[in-house]
Amino acid sequence: MVDCLLLETLISPSRIKEFSAMEWDLVIRQGRRSNTLGRFYRVMSSHQLIEFIPESPLRHLHWAHISAERQVVSVRAEVECIKKALPGVAIILLKGAAYVVAKLPAAEGRIFSDIDLLVAKDQLTDVENALMAHGWVSMITDIYDQRYYRKWGHELPPLRHLRRNTVIDVHHGILPPTAVARPDPLKLILGSVALSADKDLRILAPVDMFLHSATHLFYEGELQHGLRDLVDLSVLLQDFSREVTFFDDLLNRAKQLGLERPLFYALRYLHLILKIDIPQHVVNNLSRSGPSSLLLRVMDGMYQRGLLPDHASCNDRYTKIARIGIYVRGTWLRMPRLILFRHLFHKAFLSANN
Amino acid sequence: MNVSSLSADDLSTRLIQGTFILKTGMFNVRVKSQIPEISQIFTLIYGDFPVASPSDFSDFQITLSSTGGLRRWFRRQVLTKLDEIPLYMPLPASHAFPAFEWGLNQCISLAVKQSLIIHAAVIEKDGLAAILPAPPGSGKSTLCAALINRGWRLLSDELAVVEVSTGKIISLPRPVSLKNVSIDIIQSYAPDAVFSPKVFGTSKGTIAHMKPPIQSVMRAAESALAAWIIFPKYVPGANAELTAISKATGFMNVIGNSFNYGSLGLCGFETAGDLIDKCECYEFNYSKLDDAIRIFSLLGQDPKRSDG
Repeated sequence: MVDCLLLETLISPSRIKEFSAMEWDLVIRQGRRSNTLGRFYRVMSSHQLIEFIPESPLRHLHWAHISAERQVVSVRAEVECIKKALPGVAIILLKGAAYVVAKLPAAEGRIFSDIDLLVAKDQLTDVENALMAHGWVSMITDIYDQRYYRKWGHELPPLRHLRRNTVIDVHHGILPPTAVARPDPLKLILGSVALSADKDLRILAPVDMFLHSATHLFYEGELQHGLRDLVDLSVLLQDFSREVTFFDDLLNRAKQLGLERPLFYALRYLHLILKIDIPQHVVNNLSRSGPSSLLLRVMDGMYQRGLLPDHASCNDRYTKIARIGIYVRGTWLRMPRLILFRHLFHKAFLSANN
Repeated sequence: MNVSSLSADDLSTRLIQGTFILKTGMFNVRVKSQIPEISQIFTLIYGDFPVASPSDFSDFQITLSSTGGLRRWFRRQVLTKLDEIPLYMPLPASHAFPAFEWGLNQCISLAVKQSLIIHAAVIEKDGLAAILPAPPGSGKSTLCAALINRGWRLLSDELAVVEVSTGKIISLPRPVSLKNVSIDIIQSYAPDAVFSPKVFGTSKGTIAHMKPPIQSVMRAAESALAAWIIFPKYVPGANAELTAISKATGFMNVIGNSFNYGSLGLCGFETAGDLIDKCECYEFNYSKLDDAIRIFSLLGQDPKRSDG
């Protein structure tokens, strides 16, 4: 494992009591790069360690905390606007927006930009039209990209609101139809939980929320926020596993949705990197869903580097190639070969963005 | 220890290694650069500023590096980064010092969330501060440069940092950036003032930075309470004139000139409101600097201010 001061501190927060000025300097830089300063502040706060933080680094943590709190207000307001634009439509909030509106611990300290939602595929056209009528405009102008999203994607091109500049990603699935795993969005919609009295505003069931987060992370090619997303998973796990049946439900659901492989990786790296204890029976059950031992060694090599902050202080000589490997893997998993070659050809030679 | 007390070699080495930490008011800025001119300009313009130990905490880490490939030798460029992240696209290498100044301003205005940051100059005399907000080209920097050479203290020429909890303005004295004809005007207005070499062909024209008066640098720890918000406008041939404006207009103009009003939410609204409550708001047209100085010197003696 490569050394990373930020990671070590998230695992053992009381280390900060011994920190020198240079260690504070480093940890703030790593946190800034990985977008985890807000989370770091929450961890320190919940361990009653704020009084041990010197004034200068504390300022930076406070600023991140204020940004995160401010964002909670904006997200709630934006979700209200979305709801008004889509009366009678069942909307399932995903990721950060879900954590905020459902007031989950995973929301605390988190900074994110877009609001992700899931709707039934047959409602997609009406939803898109209604959103555009209320001022959200498609951000993708390139015709090839638009077609690509609609033909091969699981989400509409992002929509930006003309006045407020907020961005929505409207999903009709959680993975592209071309991906290796094919979790059925209908199952996710049927399992969803209502937040509002009229039952239109919804979030995924806890097991689905965890699986979605795990799948998203382990299908991702660019891990700009890898550590943040891994920490999110750990907070979700800590919160949901208070329910005694959670792990068994998780295993069953992963099997139903065909997401055992990403679940395997999620729990493995939560344990290896964040030192989270996973019940042995769960590990045993999932071991047969894991890859071959050779592939597993390669994955360990890549992800134990790729999930750290993308910062020189967290790199070793293999980090660069690990990140390239993760990028290739992400693309490989999401696109079958023929489409990939056509896509890369178009991007390399024909695209106007070149 | 000040920047001027470092030997040229020591400063160069620290800049190359990234162990040079400049103290600008409340912020420690770590600077890493291999560009030789930067070392010379820092000695000239930042000479009076304190230097922190290499093992101290730094708030921002600005790296000025060359870009790769052919550009390393041919039509050299400078890339400005905050730690490892580029702040904007590469600029010609001769723009390195302005690039540093703009980069640091950007870092401060994006990071700070416990203060309302207004795009404005701030000057102070006898315990009371005047905030001069203005879009670029209104002549605020020229006016500010003139005033601080005639007895006013510089808190900032670019960023009015208003603390949310207290309404106090934090002092961040830094070099004053001047453009085009303003450079020559201030050079003749204040012949003893020290300037960085002119940089030509920037997006704002020709730029030079004026070394801030040593008194302003030494008093960087002193914050101030604002008494006046004055919107300056250079109008050729105009008489220097202060025109009172409504608090409502003042408020809208202040938030229109603010970098981070939106991200402060309700807090931003309350801070801006409190500021406007406590200040007299004016528009100020001027053409001759001497007239402007005279009008400003009357501000402190305004009989309407009963608390002095």
